[in-house]
Amino acid sequence: MSLLSRNIFRALVQGSQHVSKGVHTTAVNNDKNVCFAPQSISTLQTKEGRIKCTLIPGDGVGPELVYSVQEVFKAADIPVQFESFFFSEVNPTLSAPLEDVVNSITRNKICIKGILATPDFSHTGELQTLNMKLRNALDLYANVVHVKSLPNVKCRHHDVDCIIIREQTEGEYSALEHESVPGVVECLKIITAAKSERIAKFAFDYAVKMGRKKVTAVHKANIMKLGDGLFLRSCEEIAKLYPRIQFEKMIVDNCTMQMVSNPNQFDVMVTPNLYGNIVDNLASGLVGGAGVVAGASYSAECAVFEQGARHIFSGAVGKNIANPTAMLLCSANLLAHVNLHSYSKMIKNAINKVLQDGKVRTKDLGGQSTTLDFTHAVIHSLA
Amino acid sequence: MAVRLLSRLVLPEIRGTVYFSSAAAPATLSDFDVQHKTPVIRKQQSIPKAQYGGRHAVSMLPGGGIGPECMGYVRDIFKYIGAPVDFEVVDIDPNVDNDDDVQYAITTIKRNGVGIKGNIETKSEAAYVTSRNVALRNELDMYAYVLNCKSYPGVSTRHKDIDIVIIRQNTEGEYAMLEHESVRGVIESMKVVTASNSERVARFAFEYAKRNGRKKVTTVHKANIMKLSDGLFLETSRRLAKEYPDIEHNDMIIDNCCMQLVARPHQFDVMLMTNLYGSIVSNVVCGIIGGAGLLSGRNYGDNYAVFEPGTRNTGTAIAGKNIANPIAMINASVDMLEHLGHHYHADLLRSAVNRTINVDRILTSDCGGTASSTDVVNAIKENANLIANKLPFK
Repeated sequence: MSLLSRNIFRALVQGSQHVSKGVHTTAVNNDKNVCFAPQSISTLQTKEGRIKCTLIPGDGVGPELVYSVQEVFKAADIPVQFESFFFSEVNPTLSAPLEDVVNSITRNKICIKGILATPDFSHTGELQTLNMKLRNALDLYANVVHVKSLPNVKCRHHDVDCIIIREQTEGEYSALEHESVPGVVECLKIITAAKSERIAKFAFDYAVKMGRKKVTAVHKANIMKLGDGLFLRSCEEIAKLYPRIQFEKMIVDNCTMQMVSNPNQFDVMVTPNLYGNIVDNLASGLVGGAGVVAGASYSAECAVFEQGARHIFSGAVGKNIANPTAMLLCSANLLAHVNLHSYSKMIKNAINKVLQDGKVRTKDLGGQSTTLDFTHAVIHSLA
Repeated sequence: MAVRLLSRLVLPEIRGTVYFSSAAAPATLSDFDVQHKTPVIRKQQSIPKAQYGGRHAVSMLPGGGIGPECMGYVRDIFKYIGAPVDFEVVDIDPNVDNDDDVQYAITTIKRNGVGIKGNIETKSEAAYVTSRNVALRNELDMYAYVLNCKSYPGVSTRHKDIDIVIIRQNTEGEYAMLEHESVRGVIESMKVVTASNSERVARFAFEYAKRNGRKKVTTVHKANIMKLSDGLFLETSRRLAKEYPDIEHNDMIIDNCCMQLVARPHQFDVMLMTNLYGSIVSNVVCGIIGGAGLLSGRNYGDNYAVFEPGTRNTGTAIAGKNIANPIAMINASVDMLEHLGHHYHADLLRSAVNRTINVDRILTSDCGGTASSTDVVNAIKENANLIANKLPFK
């Protein structure tokens, strides 16, 4: 039965691709079960206990990308069940309450999230954005962005492979701003030893887990001698516990320059909040833009998987042109996090294969294909 | 006070040997020095826990002999049941004449907070190379060792239904590693018993008994001969027993204790003892219950916990033959999951192990079975699958 439905599905997919593109389907071998999940997946799955995951589609093209993830999960028969919440700051009347979302993520421990739009000025006078509230409520202190060159994506630099780890609950994002005298606004940047040590330890532990060799702390302690100085000292302190990992420091301005001229020198980078945000986006630009870089935020208890560079791409809403690669990579990382390694590999291999073939490309990578085309091509390559 | 005096007396001599024999003299005091040679400055800094997104990082020290293959089985099973644990494997070369690897292993346990280890060999007989196992326990200040001895009905032994908990002082006593040759041909080995460490381990034992609903604590000693050292240990436990009126307390001399253990083991509940007696008694009880391959031990300090197979034998002779009993290491990993708070996975794995031993009776040759190590591991995986999915057993 499932075989039959799969074959029908495939026929439909091929048909639709014929209409839109024409050349792609000729290569497909009809005898091969292209979207059949391998039978012997060596992890224990409970029958009724499908893994539950919170899903926040987000604003802009988020829902389209999330749809793509769901399609792939369905095709690969992945035992994950989504608990979906509409959560938005620009659309407050429709948004689910923060507590519900937080409770759901606390219960499920994993979440996949589109990007939430943040308005440039506050209607209510509140300084914290919804993103910040969510992070603070869950204590999602560490943001990890793995910037890696993808096969056959043309960029200025090749073989970029660095991990950027960013503290995202304090620093410049404290939402403590005030106008002490008319015309004079003060914004407080908060650095604490506890949180600096925590992020530094996270970075080193992540480096150990990934088998990396070097951690670079990015700072501006030459100007902010006390604030960034504390961050830097905390990193140095933690580095002593990791004698087999090289530790170095770099000032943020130099770091950005080095990043665009010689990105291969970086391995793992640990940064305070704002610098991390900037370096994340810069690095994403090096390997193909916001559409191809996956990220994740961690607390002690839960993990939220989201795109590495946070752009809602509102210009593309409804046009079916956004690149789902980043979101699919996020979903693959999520599967690896919950021990479904075989499924994770399956999706990653499929994405790599589609990119390698280079026949289906979205606009941002210089192609003409749509989001749906790309999704279907990935489904085809699942093996 | 006595200890301080003692350490002062011994200090110059030890400094001398250590500094002369190791090539590079350490510039600062190591944690071991801080704890044992200058007992006044004990400092344990707390390091943030290695828990991210619900997953724990754990140091894995495979050690020698059957350690690496058993660790392989544990990782295999963890992957299968989806336990949220990431292992950081640290290999220690037994043939190297320095402590670099051991120091690194200790550092990794410090930053992860939790470790699982096989038995680590110390092949070097040079005086300045400390026993790796002892160094690990001392530097992490893991003062209490717990061995939970519960019979498996599926393993046939002389005594049935034994349920004893052995709690052992783990950092001082005969293992103080203070030996010297005062006159040619005369060697003195110091056994150090301190009031503070005795109190810590005694309190641990009574607290353990209270929390786990145990009825009786037996202190094992040799205070009739070593009136001062073992006397102090005994006095301390008697004093603490008064704070726990619900728990019965008695004491027993070590030689008598060993005889009672092999003759009438059911009289014991929780047993509390110093370092060397603990080593002997745990091996006796392991033997009564079915051998070195079944039980798992736990080392606890204030900040760190390390889990290991119950008897500290490497099993070099049977390494690589696929006949080693993997149960001890798997039980150690169950203890670890319990300690990390992953109760679902711990319960699942424990019931799978129990079913494999008691109902299916798939045992390795040391417990009277014919199965190979991998047979046992596969049976446990199969049972875990059946239990998790609530499927009928065969």
